[in-house]
Amino acid sequence: MNESASCRAVPAPRGLAAALGLSCRRGRWLWAMGVSIAVFAAVPLTAWLMGTAGLDPDLAVRNQPPSWGHLFGTDPLGRDMLSRTMHGLVLSLQVGLLASAVSSVVALFLGVASATLGRTADAVVSWLVDIFMTVPHMVLLILISFVAGGGSRGVVIAVAATHWPALTRIIRAEVLQLRGALYVRTARRFGRGPLAVAAYHMLPHLLPQFLIGLILLFPHAILHEAGLTFLGVGLSPHTPAVGILLAESMRHLSTGQWWLGILPGAALLALVKCCDILGTNLDRLLDPKTAQE
Amino acid sequence: MILYLVRRLVHLLALLAAVSVLSFTLVSMSPIDPVDAYIGADVMKIGPEQRVKIAARWGLDKPPLERFTAWAANLARGDFGTSAIYREPVTQVIAKRFAMSLWLMALAWVLSGLFGFVLGVLAGAWENGLFDRAVRFYAYLLAGTPTFWLGLLLLLVFSVALGVTPVCCAFPPGVTPQEATLWQRLTHLVLPAATLSIVGVSAVILHTRQKTIQALRSDYALFARAQGETTAGVVRHHALRNVILPAVTLQFATLGELFGGSILAEQVFSYPGLGQATVEAGLRGDVPLLLGIVLVSAVFVFTGNTMADVLYRVIDPRIGHGMDRQGGAA
Repeated sequence: MNESASCRAVPAPRGLAAALGLSCRRGRWLWAMGVSIAVFAAVPLTAWLMGTAGLDPDLAVRNQPPSWGHLFGTDPLGRDMLSRTMHGLVLSLQVGLLASAVSSVVALFLGVASATLGRTADAVVSWLVDIFMTVPHMVLLILISFVAGGGSRGVVIAVAATHWPALTRIIRAEVLQLRGALYVRTARRFGRGPLAVAAYHMLPHLLPQFLIGLILLFPHAILHEAGLTFLGVGLSPHTPAVGILLAESMRHLSTGQWWLGILPGAALLALVKCCDILGTNLDRLLDPKTAQE
Repeated sequence: MILYLVRRLVHLLALLAAVSVLSFTLVSMSPIDPVDAYIGADVMKIGPEQRVKIAARWGLDKPPLERFTAWAANLARGDFGTSAIYREPVTQVIAKRFAMSLWLMALAWVLSGLFGFVLGVLAGAWENGLFDRAVRFYAYLLAGTPTFWLGLLLLLVFSVALGVTPVCCAFPPGVTPQEATLWQRLTHLVLPAATLSIVGVSAVILHTRQKTIQALRSDYALFARAQGETTAGVVRHHALRNVILPAVTLQFATLGELFGGSILAEQVFSYPGLGQATVEAGLRGDVPLLLGIVLVSAVFVFTGNTMADVLYRVIDPRIGHGMDRQGGAA
């Protein structure tokens, strides 16, 4: 509370930090989000700039520990690990994006349907969510990737098709709560049609929840993609996916090539944390309760 | 209470029926040919007549609906079929593998519950202190860490660099499961269990910390302080008993994640448990085993959720008797 006061009560904040908006919380949140988005943009950009040159074997520079020429070192075939990691992360981002898009559409549809189309629809959707939540997510991913025929297609379909239940629950609860809200009921009594109520009174509440749920789903999808490829589901061993890089590094652990596994994993962790920062900060910014900070 | 358990049992059976119908439908849609999957590397050596024979032996020449009714009828009698890769009844494979995984999951479960609880209470009791910040940072960082990467890290440090723990498997090489001593089992369990606990602990920490802070802001905590009780005293006599139930409940409710984590951890440490069998079944197209594991894991998670629910009813006097009469508030 004291911190929030300093933002508005002090008439002229001085210094560079203040000029950049770092002296108040909302400014810092914005900056954190900006940095995360920059990281997201940097990954495909680096992969594009580096091209596919580092992916080809170059036996002259085998097993090099990290250096300025090869920041992440090279693998036993002389491939540049930084380049492989970046290409792997691009793949992770693509799968994550697709999974988020598919899951969000499914969740929005099922969530709204279950909350508005009456008891039967609600029972069916709740039942579906129940089924998907009872089988451990990893088992479900393995099952569906097998069903989809394995390969990279299996990984993509499995990750895209299994991330909707949690978001569906959130949306269903939110719509149910909104339907019972006093201002929605009042608007109905004043004669506004269901579409108008949905657009003016429900959507503004639903949208932030939906958006944040979507962004927070992203890291899960990325981690599951990496997990599946690590287990060896799909994707040829030459495709640079983070899971494959880590699985490969397992074979070279005992010879002391620590950089093969550690650095790609750390890069993945950084990417996951960026998603998280983006989601939580957007949540805080959109929450009307923190508007004064 | 008995009525509640009966209701849960009915719910479980209905859920299992739905899961088996759904997963069987999915599996029969797979473009992977089960005969190919069964033959594996010998695919070139097998003629068309033999393929037909194999298909007939596994009942694969019949339409999906007929196969499902046969499978479901056997299932109801407790027969899950025969695993194609282990050449053993699925129930036996799962029982053997589950016994191995149970050691691992139980150890990880207890460790993460214990450490998560202690760290969470201490962090919440001295909110915003140095310790609290450190614990919060740890929980935040670990919440997004890939389990298999952490396992790799531990393997690198403790097995390769320091050489204090074995590199893989559940027993030393050349030792049969019957001969392995308790000590040998434990040394092979330490790293996989540590991997699972280090990742799993963050949820318990954050939850417990929040509940502790809530309890310390309550009126009864304020009253205790007014009577001259110290922070440690308030925590010990008032907060603990309010915090322990939600923590135990959370532990039970996260069995699904524990199971998923154990799949990855077992892969890293080549631990011959149910997780490894799941991966094998998925990769090599062993349909009976895969379906069996899906059902068993669903029962596992469901049991966890029910335990969490039951604990609340048994221990917390505020919930319980009233719920049954109202037909459950949820």
